[in-house]
Amino acid sequence: MLATLLLALSLSLHAATTLEQFKFDTQRQTDDFRELLGQMRCLVCQNESLAASNADLAQDLREELYEQVASGKSKQDVIDFMVARYGDFVLYKPPLRPSTYLIWFGPILLFVIGAVVLARILRRQTSLPEPTLSEEDRKRAEALLESTDSDTQSS
Amino acid sequence: MKRSMKFLLPLAVFLGIAVFLYRGLSIDPHAIPSPLIDKPLPPFELPLLNQPDKTLSNRDLLGKVYLLNVWATWCISCRAEHPTLVALARSQQVDLYGIDWKDDDAAATVWLNQLGDPFQAVMVDKKGRTAIDLGVYGAPETFLVDKKGVVRKKYAGALTPSLLNDEILPLVRQLRTES
Repeated sequence: MLATLLLALSLSLHAATTLEQFKFDTQRQTDDFRELLGQMRCLVCQNESLAASNADLAQDLREELYEQVASGKSKQDVIDFMVARYGDFVLYKPPLRPSTYLIWFGPILLFVIGAVVLARILRRQTSLPEPTLSEEDRKRAEALLESTDSDTQSS
Repeated sequence: MKRSMKFLLPLAVFLGIAVFLYRGLSIDPHAIPSPLIDKPLPPFELPLLNQPDKTLSNRDLLGKVYLLNVWATWCISCRAEHPTLVALARSQQVDLYGIDWKDDDAAATVWLNQLGDPFQAVMVDKKGRTAIDLGVYGAPETFLVDKKGVVRKKYAGALTPSLLNDEILPLVRQLRTES
């Protein structure tokens, strides 16, 4: 029982590796590697990136991506490799294509709809006819205005 | 829109949102559409569990409709799924091949001896490299492959008798009639 626990512990320690273990020849490869891991989703724990996840699969994929970047593959090559296997879902930033138009342009569409509705409401308010006053009302209004005028002067 | 109907607008918006939210209830966020559907099964050549000096490759399986099941002894859902696979093998309705994913060979052998071996052959993917090519992100996962070696369906999660009888086996029969 104790042995099993120790084994499980050592396995989990083994899985909890950092990105520091991956050494590259050039700084550019290091940067590419970090950037790629940051923009890809771990498929097991979907709210974590491949860089952050401790899932076993994420570690396998980090090693796979390390080998690819270290062997000189470009960022696009690696992205294509991952998308061919796991689909667009693996990318946090979905590519622009007809099936993703709604994601990309939905917010703009909502903004335009809002702007049109707002403009129509505003235009209707300004185009409302001036209220017509009867002669009696006009005199009362003038009297009120004059009284406030004299109030402000006196104060 | 006529002025008289305008009061219905909030109701319409509410119903629209309700439909989407209701649909959201039955969507499994872990079921990721596989880009492999209708594409050839990625090539692999893996050693067999019971004969490590022999290998089986995807080319050996061309010409028949089969299910490829990725499993492991550390996978709890695989244990839940196993009786379904054993029953399926007993019914002899479709050939079943297994890939033992990142597993201990001895544990896998014990598992098959104790729970029954439904597979025509079990391949060993020790490092999980083939699983990456297959886009596997959790076990069990099952691929339905046609005679030309094209992936026709992929199921993430445990197969159930109803899924087999209602969907998979009818599709297997249909795929067998294809040339």
